[in-house]
Amino acid sequence: MTVPRGGAAAPARSHGRRGWAFLALGACTLLLAGCGEISILRPAGPIGEGNRQILLNSLAVMLVIVVPTMIATVAFAWWFRAGNPKAKYRPEFTYSGRIEVIVWSIPILTILFIGGLIWYGSHELDPFKPLDSDEPTLEVQVVSLDWKWLFIYPDAQVASVNELVIPVGRPIRFRITSASVMNTFFIPNLGSMIYAMNGMETKLYLQADRQGTFYGQSAHYSGDGFSDMNFDVRAVPDAEFSAWTVGLTAQGPVLNVDTYRDLSRQSRDVRPYTYRHVQGGLFDSVVDQTLPPGPGPETGRGGAEEIHPESSPEASAEPPPSADPAPASASAHGAHHEG
Amino acid sequence: MLGKLDWSAIPFDEPIPLVAAGIIGLGVLGVLAWITVKGFWPYRWREWITSVDHKRIGVMYIALALLMLIRGFVDAIMMRSHQAMAVNADGYLPPDHYDQIFSAHGTIMIFFGAMPFVVGMMNFVVPLQLGIRDVAFPTLNSMSFWLTASGALLVNLSLVIGEFARTGWLPYAPLSELDYSPGVGVDYYLWAIQVAGVGTLMSGVNLVTTILKMRAPGMGLLRMPMFCWTALAANLLIVAAFPILTATLAMLTLDRYLGFHFFTNEAGGNMMMFVNLIWAWGHPEVYILILPAFGIFSEIFATFSGKPLFGYRSMVAATLFIVVVSFTVWLHHFFTMGAGANVNAAFGIATSVIAVGTGVKVYNWIFTMYGGRLRFATPMLWSVAFILVFVVGGMTGVLLAVPPADFMLHNSLFLVAHFHNVIIGGVLFGLFAGYTYWFPKAFGFTLDEWWGKVAFWLTLLGFVLVFGPLYILGLEGMTRRLQHIEVEQWEPWLMVALAGVVVMIGGVAAQVVQLVVSIRRRHELRDTTGDPWDGRSLEWATPSPPPPYNFAVIPNVENEEAYWSIKQAAIRSQSLGDEPDYKPIEMPRNSPTGFVTAFFSTLIGFALIWHIWWLAVLGFVGAYATFVVFAWRDEVEYEVPLETVIEAERQRRAAAEAWLAEHGGRTV
Repeated sequence: MTVPRGGAAAPARSHGRRGWAFLALGACTLLLAGCGEISILRPAGPIGEGNRQILLNSLAVMLVIVVPTMIATVAFAWWFRAGNPKAKYRPEFTYSGRIEVIVWSIPILTILFIGGLIWYGSHELDPFKPLDSDEPTLEVQVVSLDWKWLFIYPDAQVASVNELVIPVGRPIRFRITSASVMNTFFIPNLGSMIYAMNGMETKLYLQADRQGTFYGQSAHYSGDGFSDMNFDVRAVPDAEFSAWTVGLTAQGPVLNVDTYRDLSRQSRDVRPYTYRHVQGGLFDSVVDQTLPPGPGPETGRGGAEEIHPESSPEASAEPPPSADPAPASASAHGAHHEG
Repeated sequence: MLGKLDWSAIPFDEPIPLVAAGIIGLGVLGVLAWITVKGFWPYRWREWITSVDHKRIGVMYIALALLMLIRGFVDAIMMRSHQAMAVNADGYLPPDHYDQIFSAHGTIMIFFGAMPFVVGMMNFVVPLQLGIRDVAFPTLNSMSFWLTASGALLVNLSLVIGEFARTGWLPYAPLSELDYSPGVGVDYYLWAIQVAGVGTLMSGVNLVTTILKMRAPGMGLLRMPMFCWTALAANLLIVAAFPILTATLAMLTLDRYLGFHFFTNEAGGNMMMFVNLIWAWGHPEVYILILPAFGIFSEIFATFSGKPLFGYRSMVAATLFIVVVSFTVWLHHFFTMGAGANVNAAFGIATSVIAVGTGVKVYNWIFTMYGGRLRFATPMLWSVAFILVFVVGGMTGVLLAVPPADFMLHNSLFLVAHFHNVIIGGVLFGLFAGYTYWFPKAFGFTLDEWWGKVAFWLTLLGFVLVFGPLYILGLEGMTRRLQHIEVEQWEPWLMVALAGVVVMIGGVAAQVVQLVVSIRRRHELRDTTGDPWDGRSLEWATPSPPPPYNFAVIPNVENEEAYWSIKQAAIRSQSLGDEPDYKPIEMPRNSPTGFVTAFFSTLIGFALIWHIWWLAVLGFVGAYATFVVFAWRDEVEYEVPLETVIEAERQRRAAAEAWLAEHGGRTV
């Protein structure tokens, strides 16, 4: 079975988008997908705040020399124009030891400042460095798949796809890997990003200091479905977070080795849904490749790729209807778009 | 028989590439038909295709580059317009097509736009500035060009036969491995870049040898024009860095063709090593492009300020400093891969240190203008604008070198804006400046100034309008390569960037019009003296265009500004001195070796992409046979007869004397 290129699936998708656009205003208050805050200049946590501070400090240090340099360029170019009789023509002015010293020392001094910021910032804001906090750290395991995100909450043994919920004020320890190709895990308002790579685990510590819905995304191109690899991050009070994880256990499919295999097939534009239970050690099996990397596309025309037919809505691993009381979620699960 | 190739490789169901390929195909056929009808083939073959003259090869490199820049620009127009239409919508390009477009845009702009432009400029100018008659290995030079052209041909074939890579312009593993990219796209990329890369490497060897071994008598290294210094630096970088690219892509090729596991997920492959190696080439590559542009600016600031370059030795030192440091910074392309804090800090600091060299250069250019008498011809406009634009690009580059900032800006549109800021605002502005500056030397007439200025202002304005918004979008968290966009707050800036692209289209159109207008007005714009800008280095001592042998008598160089001092001496004494003793000149014979070898290399590349093994073998045998025939050649050189030399020289001297008589009273 091959999927038509630009075929029947496309209209459904654009319809969905128009619906989103229509709902955009109201949706934000209802915390629906696609309208999380996004900016690195309005951080919502200590890492984002630290990064922004370093960025602005470095910018300020450099502007101190960049602005005068630009002014001097324009001023000299204008004053020494051939038509200006007041400008003194000095063709012999081709070397000055004093100016050379200045010319070399200005950039060196600037870079000394910047170098200090780099050294301090690299150590202070190292993504692997745990956050100081009295609150207990929450672990979230992150798997980038083609082309969606899986978030596993090992303490509660539940998981979600394309939606991340975190408690406000608690440090989060993200353990990150990839099921197939490289991606980066990035929530701009919370701060640093880091690569997700198959067979490897990276760590990232982030924290949200205020409630809100933030936009998360992959910031490393990973193939045709890359544009759909975004998710909403809901930062909620700790109590609400606990309630949410408990609520998850009541609905949704189970994530075990078999359902993971289905999940790891390529699919696009997957609407968020959750798993009521996650088999223990699943994340580690992905990291140590006990669970093999996700399959790529099949070969079609002229060696061109086609998305895996099994990942189309009919064939994908639908949660058993009885286990999923929310019809919207069920129909969205595995929704597949072929541009 | 034809490997993986069959009719399904032609995208009959995709109108955009099909129509584009049709238009390009018709254009090519039209030109070929025109040449045939006009009976220009013998001339084209004799004087251009088989030419080993460094000037002709330089011109062909630049012609190829200009064509490919337009091709890459069309991709850019599609990307910007698509993204502007893809906010909560599908845009007009499906993902598999959009992904090919941004991959092709980067690949074409860097490998077949910027590189041939830079190499062509060095090819044309360096021997003239060094006061010599050709490069060290003229036939190899021809081969380098034709291999680059065959790489460009392969990339463009992918438009209509099969597909191009959908991996980005650097095919990061494991996405580029067979598991995730089973199509021929990555194979097109690999073989096109390998073929062109061999050409670039040979060109690097050629120019390094030329500069180190073949300067005119008296031209010590520290008397070379700045452009020759930067050309030497860039070619040393080519010789050192391009083998890394070749080896890395060869490893990926082994993975894809023979089941190796260098960069795969399984069997101990290490994808991080691909990223590491590709950037060990990739970052020096940035300086391969920018250093010659720095050289062009140095020539132009000196010429149009009517002053020697300020702080010449300091400039040489800064250039060599950049060469060395450029090999110690590549890790900043993957700060976010999880190396430790010490590693990130070390490479971050090394990266910002490289800005010292650039900073020194900027100040020296500013002080070259200080005390000068500035003429704002088009090349000078590009140069002044370059400083203003480039310091911003340099600043954002240093920002990205600060790891905590990069943790938020990596792969964002801020990054995209940064490298376009330095590559357009630095490399391309430099190349356009150099193109306008040396055009009269190549063709004997200057380019129309009015259209040149229109092109400059439109390009500058469009550039600011496109990349200013991209910086802002990066700060708003927008990542690159999105086929559709779900964040509405980005839309206004995408629209501004689209408007900027429209202005830039005007700039490109103005450049094309400038060329056409200038060709039509060539008799009015004729450069009779060979020195239209009151130049300072030896290329202006030759007539425009120079004869194949450049110099009838190899000049004697006595200081840093060889031609300037000859010119001043002639003005003081009001004479050109006695006619020297002319001799017949031995020049290398033209040879079809380069063209024929490149033809067979194209066959090899195409055959390997489509797994047509017999054709690959045939191509290899053909290329080897061509080499053998060339190696057994009997006649290496031909003699330019004495009368031809004398006649050309007398014309040149007459023009120079006329100039002297006219400008006799001028003192400097």
